[in-house]
Amino acid sequence: MAMEMRLPVARKPLSERLGRDTKKHLVVPGDTITTDTAFMRGHGTYMGEEKLIASVAGSVERVNKLICVKALKTRYIGEVGDIVVGRITERRRSAEDELAMRGFLQEGDLISAEVQAVFSDGAVSLHTRSLKYGKLGQGVLVQVSPSLVKRQKTHFHDLPCGASVILGNNGFIWIYPTPEHKEEEAGGFVANLEPVSLADREVISRLRNCIVSLVTQRMMLYDTSILYCYEASLPHQIKDILKPEIMEEIVMETRQRLLEQEG
Amino acid sequence: MASVALSEAEKVYIMHGVQEDLRVDGRGCEDYRCVEVETDVVSNTSGSARVKLGHTDILVGVKAEMGTPKLEKPNEGYLEFFVDCSANATPDFEGRGGDDLGTEIANTLYRIFNNKSSVDLKTLCISPREHCWVLYVDVLLLECDGNLFDAISIAVKAALFNTRIPRVRVLEDEEGSKDIELSDDPYDCIRLSVENVPCIVTLCKIGYRHVVDATLQEEACSLASLLVSVTSKGVVTCLRKVGKGSLDPESIFEMMETSKRVGKVLHASLQSVLHKEESLGPKRQKVGFLG
Repeated sequence: MAMEMRLPVARKPLSERLGRDTKKHLVVPGDTITTDTAFMRGHGTYMGEEKLIASVAGSVERVNKLICVKALKTRYIGEVGDIVVGRITERRRSAEDELAMRGFLQEGDLISAEVQAVFSDGAVSLHTRSLKYGKLGQGVLVQVSPSLVKRQKTHFHDLPCGASVILGNNGFIWIYPTPEHKEEEAGGFVANLEPVSLADREVISRLRNCIVSLVTQRMMLYDTSILYCYEASLPHQIKDILKPEIMEEIVMETRQRLLEQEG
Repeated sequence: MASVALSEAEKVYIMHGVQEDLRVDGRGCEDYRCVEVETDVVSNTSGSARVKLGHTDILVGVKAEMGTPKLEKPNEGYLEFFVDCSANATPDFEGRGGDDLGTEIANTLYRIFNNKSSVDLKTLCISPREHCWVLYVDVLLLECDGNLFDAISIAVKAALFNTRIPRVRVLEDEEGSKDIELSDDPYDCIRLSVENVPCIVTLCKIGYRHVVDATLQEEACSLASLLVSVTSKGVVTCLRKVGKGSLDPESIFEMMETSKRVGKVLHASLQSVLHKEESLGPKRQKVGFLG
């Protein structure tokens, strides 16, 4: 059995660890961004008393004459075409609904879907009109901040390490064993409840810990970053990945590899 | 208790994993998550401790005040427990939602300390039948991520270790009236011996096996749990079963053996961390809440 107790260690600011020279202009709601009225107001700002004030907490971005504040942590804002993973919390209790849905979807089930429309109050309507969407079977759910999920062409990835992952735009990440036959994808409405093999479980647990480490170090989540992090974590035991020093080491390595790949 | 909703397939996945000794985060059935302990975080208390177990965050403060001993135990002081489930922990605790859980935890703490050897209450006596020290132990739940009882018991033990009670003398003058004199030196204090203070080990039964330090998701898959309060020497002071499901006697026996084993390691780790922190002395950098 393993038991580790330690004294807490103060976290170092991120810019210090990365050795960045340019510091981002961080603001909190109510901070004055600029008193120059020539700028155009973008998202996250408002005009008050002859000066531009921030309405969210984040970093200031400037494109020519447009100033906006990109929030560090936001609630999910739906857009048409987004892939989301969601849990059913409540159902309409009408008679037709019961007859139609009973046996297919119950409260507590997880589904993957696509955003069809967005209402003015922020609510979204979803559809599962494709075989790749639908009820999700066995696997692990990780909840992260929606701002950390990078927008890509596809959010369904079959990783070469042996598991598949769905990166929901709403911050819900679903990790599941890659189905053997192509017809039985993550969709459909009948869940496969057979035991998953130990090798697949190890891959899934390792991926889950890698995603948690990336999120703790505020890195963007996409298939390449997750894969690099997985490879960097292989020398360590799965349960050790969540230890603070090992987490830092693995994410540092991932960051370096990603920078090399870009440059 | 705060709980998460899980789909049937997720529960099946977790249960099969536990049978194979590989939990969702890669731990084995008898592994704890990483624990962070820090004492002396609240300045206006006699002793305090903060424990983080995964995302479960507990703050305990101990205040020593003078009171009258209980009638049936005139030579002893006593402990009073109060648990506050902060609304920050989970929306379920808003308003009076956390009161039930708070009373349950406080009652469990009373039970595990309700024996002669956990804390030497005679050291808390100032003058028999008249004055004694009462230790008010306040527990604050800041964040809830499963395994509350274990984290709370570790924090209570650390806070009691950190408690410094001022040394007092009772002076009697010729007329017989008594006066209590506080020592001039603010560092002259008595400390409690926490050698026999027990810690709770929660074992959740999932399928045919039991796990230690369950997360919220694992607690949702378990129908029955056993709370075992065990001291550093492996002595069980209190046993409590929670949950709707049933436990057969063989499972209970196995779980008790596991808890004794796990408990010894838990106490040894906690002792070494507390001594290490103390050896760093007053110059150690306190991390506190903004670290």
